[in-house]
Amino acid sequence: MQVNESKEFKPTIVAFCCNWCSYAGADLAGSGRLSYPADVKIIRVPCSCRVNPLFILRAFEKGADGVIMCGCHPGDCHYSTGNYYARRRMTMLFSMLDYMGIERERTRVEWVSAAEGAKFAATMNDFIETVTKLGENRKLRDLRCKK
Amino acid sequence: MQKIVDKINELFANDTVDRVLGWKTGEFSYDRTPAVFTKDTGLDGFVYDDFCGSNLSKYLISESAKGGKMAVLLKPCDTYSYNQLVKEHRIKTENVYVVAIPCRGKVNVEAIKAQGVKGILSVEETAGDTLKVSTLYGDCECDRNDVLYEKCSVCQKTHVVYDEIIEEEPYDRPRKDRFAEVEALEAMTAEERFAFWREQLSKCIRCNACRNACPVCNCHKCIFDNANSGVAAKANTDEFEENMFHIIRAFHVAGRCTDCGECSRVCPQNIPLHLLNRKYIKEMNELYGEYQAGADAETKGPLTNFTKDDVEPSIVYQKGGK
Repeated sequence: MQVNESKEFKPTIVAFCCNWCSYAGADLAGSGRLSYPADVKIIRVPCSCRVNPLFILRAFEKGADGVIMCGCHPGDCHYSTGNYYARRRMTMLFSMLDYMGIERERTRVEWVSAAEGAKFAATMNDFIETVTKLGENRKLRDLRCKK
Repeated sequence: MQKIVDKINELFANDTVDRVLGWKTGEFSYDRTPAVFTKDTGLDGFVYDDFCGSNLSKYLISESAKGGKMAVLLKPCDTYSYNQLVKEHRIKTENVYVVAIPCRGKVNVEAIKAQGVKGILSVEETAGDTLKVSTLYGDCECDRNDVLYEKCSVCQKTHVVYDEIIEEEPYDRPRKDRFAEVEALEAMTAEERFAFWREQLSKCIRCNACRNACPVCNCHKCIFDNANSGVAAKANTDEFEENMFHIIRAFHVAGRCTDCGECSRVCPQNIPLHLLNRKYIKEMNELYGEYQAGADAETKGPLTNFTKDDVEPSIVYQKGGK
């Protein structure tokens, strides 16, 4: 439990990163001393295709304010075609979330290769800025104790 | 109905099949429940009328595995589900004999009740568009087209697969654009959509009827039966879990849903669940090309397929709307 004394809103971001590209990209961002806020919680997955829509919804339910999925660039998947499937699935999931009236900007997919440490840091900074503007995630969370 | 009975008796007599999957009368005269009739017991209690709304294709998964040849009665919409199950290798087709039967649209008794008719004893079909309803408080009539299931207003009309077809003179009824309701929702603001779905989905009692009735929802082990999935129970559910259950239920059949309308038909709370499935169908048609699940038994569905230049998920943010 974090105690945020300044009362300033700091979003919690969950980033699903594929082991072969984006996780290595995050590593490179670290060794390149590029900074991005510590509010990004990275979850390593073997492939972006491993990300089940339920993972994303559960992340929101457990308190994430934004969820981003990163994978290899299309065509560069370690398993040849995983991210092509992931791309279709996430498109469908995001359009359903939009259909249910959930803010579009809370979810995002970015393709980050192992050589793109700078892109990783820039993406995260940009995403955090977007989510901070949106404010706290209220629609995807258990509201029973907050009303 | 007589034509169907004759046909089944003929199939029994010439040893084509040894049992048949059809309907029998349930608790009330307007209740029809799926039933298996064997050659030995005959067609005692068999019925086919305006209330036989249920889709029998899902029962073939277990029935076709039992061995012996079985006839099944399929309406036009049911043949799509049948095809989809054949595509997924869930039915042993060598054990199944499909008899395509005519359908004039199926009557939803709840819709008759919603018109204020109480104490329904029986509903009688007529050749035309009126239904004669006899109730405890006297008789009345209602327009057939007003009390059909939602799925019948977007009927596919034709059977896509059968071994034998029982023809009947064509019967026309009003049909509507199946994506009209989805488009109406899309035109709302995000807040309105959120409120709409909260109102609808908070009614959910998590009976799992939508899952159990859906022909393509047929995994041996279902995620919703896993207590650790986070969406297994209603008792301790939170508001978002209700949304989550329905997003995932619809997602698991996305690209496989034939739009047979069973989910909405069986929902005891009258949640318009077909609107979720149709949203996926509409999106996939727009982004990945027109596709009708179950129209054939070979082609790949949109989510088990890809092209190298598919749209990026960010297309969702670039769309118009509020």
